[in-house]
Formats: sequence, C-alpha cells, structure tokens
Amino acid sequence: MKDGVNGVALGVFIFFFLAVTVMGFLAARWRRAEDEHSLDEWGLGGRSFGTWITWFLLGGDLYTAYTFVAVPAAIYAAGAAGFFAVPYTILVYPLIFTFLPRLWSVSHRHGYVTTSDFVRGRFGSKGLSLAVAVTGILATMPYIALQLVGIQAVLDVMGVGGGENTNWFVKDLPLLIAFGVLAAYTYSSGLRAPALIAFVKDALIYIVIAVAIIYIPIKLGGFDDIFAKAGEAFSQVNPATGKPRGALAPGDANQWTYATLALGSALALFMYPHSITATLSSRSREVIRRNTTILPLYSLMLGLLALLGFMAIAAGVKVTNGQLAIPQLFEDMFPDWFAGVAFAAIGIGALVPAAIMSIAAANLFTRNIYRDFIKPDATPRQEAQVSKIVSLLVKVGALVFVLTMDKTVAINFQLLGGIWILQTFPALVGGLFTRWFHRWALLAGWAAGMVYGTAAAYGIASPTQKHFGGNAKEIPGIGEIGYIGLTAFVLNVLVTVVLTVVLKALKAPEGVDETRPEDYTADAGDPGVEVELPPATAGAGH
Amino acid sequence: MSETPEVRPPVVTPGRVVIALCLVAPFVAMLWVGSYAKTDPAFIGIPFFYWYQMLWVLISTALTMLAYKLWQRDQRARRGADGGAAK
Repeated sequence: MKDGVNGVALGVFIFFFLAVTVMGFLAARWRRAEDEHSLDEWGLGGRSFGTWITWFLLGGDLYTAYTFVAVPAAIYAAGAAGFFAVPYTILVYPLIFTFLPRLWSVSHRHGYVTTSDFVRGRFGSKGLSLAVAVTGILATMPYIALQLVGIQAVLDVMGVGGGENTNWFVKDLPLLIAFGVLAAYTYSSGLRAPALIAFVKDALIYIVIAVAIIYIPIKLGGFDDIFAKAGEAFSQVNPATGKPRGALAPGDANQWTYATLALGSALALFMYPHSITATLSSRSREVIRRNTTILPLYSLMLGLLALLGFMAIAAGVKVTNGQLAIPQLFEDMFPDWFAGVAFAAIGIGALVPAAIMSIAAANLFTRNIYRDFIKPDATPRQEAQVSKIVSLLVKVGALVFVLTMDKTVAINFQLLGGIWILQTFPALVGGLFTRWFHRWALLAGWAAGMVYGTAAAYGIASPTQKHFGGNAKEIPGIGEIGYIGLTAFVLNVLVTVVLTVVLKALKAPEGVDETRPEDYTADAGDPGVEVELPPATAGAGH
Repeated sequence: MSETPEVRPPVVTPGRVVIALCLVAPFVAMLWVGSYAKTDPAFIGIPFFYWYQMLWVLISTALTMLAYKLWQRDQRARRGADGGAAK
C-alpha cells in the first residue's frame, strides 16, 4: 500500500460523492405524487417505476459494493470456489420469472408493501408473518453493515482510513460523514433517492469494468499469463491447512459445495426484503418479467469482475485482508484519476443498496410489527413517519456494528443471514402457488430450518476462526459437503410437508385466506389494480 | 367468471412445455458442475471453467427471453379465447 493520501483519487471520489448527494436530496421532487405521506410513496416510490428504472434499481440493489469487493476477493483467496456467484446469478432469473409476477399482482390487489404482508393475508397468521418479518430484518442488518465494510476498504486504500495508530475518530470520520449524508437523503426522499443514484452507480461500474477488463490484461501480458501465474499461486501449499491455496477448476470433492451454494443463494436472493422492495416499486407485472430478461447483463459484469481476482494475483497484489485486493489492484494499475472513478463506483455502489435495505427493513418493522402488534389503526401518514425513523435507526445500528465490532462479526452474520432468509421461501413462494401448506406447519418448518442452519454454521471451524468458519458442511444422509442453507431449507420443507399432513388430519384451524386465485394474475389496468393505488394500506380513516 | 370451464384450453400445452424447458435448462447445466469443472479448452487464455459459465449467462438470457415471448403469446391467445367464449 502506498503511504499517504492519494490526493487525485480522493478528489475525484469526493466530486462524485457530492454529485450523488445533491441528486439524493433532489430525488424527493422526482415524479412526486400528490399525497406523498404514505408508505407507498416513501417506501415504494409510488409503485410507479418502469422497466429501465426498475432495472437500474434492482441492479443497484442486488449487486452491492460488498459484492464487488467480496467476489473477486474470494477468487483471489481460493480460485474457482469463489466463482459460484456466476451460476448463482444465472439461476436467479429463470427462478423469479416463475413467481415474482404473482407476488407483484397479489401485492397490488391488496396493497401489500412487504412479503410478510402477503404471508399474513394468505395464511391469516400474524405469527408466521412476524417470523418472516423478523427473519428479514435480521438478515438485512448485517448486509447493511457490510456495505460499510465496502466503503471502508476503498477509504483505506485511498489512505484516508488511517492506519492502526490513528485516533479512532479521525479514522472513522469519513465513514461517519458518508453515512450521515446517506441517512439524511433516504429520510427525506425515500426509495426515489437510491433509484436516481442507481443510474450514476451503474454507469460508473460499467465503465470501470469495461476499462479494467481490457486495460489490466494488456498491462499484465494477456489472460494466458494471468492464469498461468494464478495457477502457480494456487498450487502452493498453505502451511495452516496443509492443502493447496486453491484451484483453477473445482475438484470432485468440491462440486457439491459449488452447486449447492449456487442453488441455495439463488433461492435466497429474492427472499431478501430489499429485493422485494425494488420489485414492488415497479409499475406493472410486465415490467418484472421483462426485467428477468435484461437483468442477466449484470451477471456478465459480475463474471468479468470476478476475473479481476486472478489479475490481482498476477499483478502481485499482496494484502493480508482479501477485501482490499481489488481496490489495491485499481490503485496499482490505473492512473490516479481513474482509480478515483473506480473507488467512487464502489463507494456509491454501497450507498444505493444500503439505502434500499434500510427502507426495506423499516417497511417490515412498520407494517408487520408496529401496525400488526402495536398500533393497528395507524394512518398511512403515521406509517410513513415510523418507517422514516426506523430507517435511520437501522443505519445507526449498522454503523455501530461496524465501528465497535470486528469486521468478521458482520461477515459471520451475513453468512447466517443468507441461511436464515432462505427459510422464508416455503411460506412465501409456496404460498404464491398453493394454500395447501398449513400455517403452523410452515412456522414449525421455518423454526427447524433456522435452528439447524444456525447450529450447523456455529459448528464450522476454519484455520482462523473457531465458529462460523464457513458455509458448507457434510449433508446428512448424502455424505457430500454442501451449503448449510440449502440443507436447512430441505429440512424445513420436509417438516412443513409432514406437519401439514398431520395438522390437516387433525383438522387444525387453517386461518382465513383473504386472497383469491385471480389476484395472482392481475395486471395493471385490471379492475382493482389501478396505477394509483387505493389506500388499501390505510385500513381505517384517511 | 368461472361459468365456462369446458371451453378453457388445457393447462399443459406444447408452448408451455417449451417455456418450462427454457427455464429448467440453466438449472441442469449449472448444477451439473462435473460437466464443466476443467480448465481446457481455454478461450483467449481464459480456462474453460470460467468462459463456459459466462457463456451460459448469455444462453440463459436468450432462453428466458424466449420464454417471455412465448408466455406473452400464450396469454394473448388465452385472453382472446376467453373473451370470445365468455361474451
């Protein structure tokens, strides 16, 4: 790492940061509705976004700064195993093609803002809805914290993160400023802010990737050289584990892990509240289907980005913290001003998802805890107000998390979050297609998956950690090493199915289903699905 | 609304089978890791393992797009049939 502050890069970074700050505040006026004080407006941008805005918003939302830092970092550390992110994002789109439009339709008919809203409406169970909401909030919090880790990595490489010996306040000041600004415009503009900023973020990211994927290999002597050097580095035996560092293609023993990680992550992605928030903000059912055909463009970018991990090895980047590998590669390879652009891309890449995630978590709290359990007669205005405040608290919580605890804690929790959120799949996706599952069985299945997943993850040791050392473990009954989340999910489904049969035989009360079959295929323009939603969110009053 | 069940087209049609195949194909290809866990042949220096999966990004995009078009046509045909039969 170079000593001192990289002035030019920092200048460019600050320029872009100021630009998106101004945009964030102006976003409040963008496509403003007459009645702006409701959760539909603040938390879902008026449910008015078309194909391209949704594309940018979802792209900005799913491919986070942490992704940009962590995926190549995983490749840098172990090679092929880290590439599972690509099949993972390939599988996501055919998957959501089947169920997301149904969720959109039923949510528009009934004014649902969160997945828990749907689960409560479908199964008539506040308990199940609470379980889904709490899981969503728990899974989202560490994810927000990791966005901060992404910004920290960039600041560190630019030399403003300070060393180990600087005063903590000076060290963390840039991060505090960045998050203060983010919190302020999310508060005032809601989902419109990240939607607008996502344009800048994606434009920057695409430019940086395009340049990096052409410019860096030329400087390093082509892909042949890059992979030859990487292969050499991976074959060296790590003294801590007694095994080679990694491989260019997964060996037989690792293929189950690779496949289950890809599948499990793909199933989990659209269970995350922030994915659903961005989905429900779109204008019509068609917008979502059309998006499943253009979103894979981001997967291609992710694949190219992952290759940067090999370039970092070939370029001789030596960092102890893998998270710094890519920022360091940019700093070493690019002229200062362009390194600044690249850093801005990562930094802004953290702001967009952090904003959407905090909005999504706040919506969950407001709708499924505050309104369901604390104040059932809340007006839309009160809902929006509560959500705004909670979005602030969520961000402060994430900040405290990152500043007071070790970074690995955030990473461990994010790993757990992925396992947890997958356990809401049967209730949500199952519920979208059938009412066969019993609500209590779903709750029991969810609990079984949560407990198994958490316990299994806790029990994994790695050379550096005693617990939460990884996300793969032997699958009981199969004997191969697989992703814990997926094993927990299978257990969850088994418990749900068995108990459903039992509960149905016992004639346990099924709960009231407020949805009708035609709700799931309704599109904008159909009766009851107006573009401007009726205040179904209001309950009484308004 | 549900008074005319007898004129409804069947739930499984050849078009829908094609749609399902388009959506299932990426799963088969990507989860069968053994079929692509090798480094040769390389493409412009990139090992097979990597360029093959990136190629699948494009293939699955094309398949999803095809599924989308077929689904649109299916829905239009169905709505046309419904409208004609019900009214």
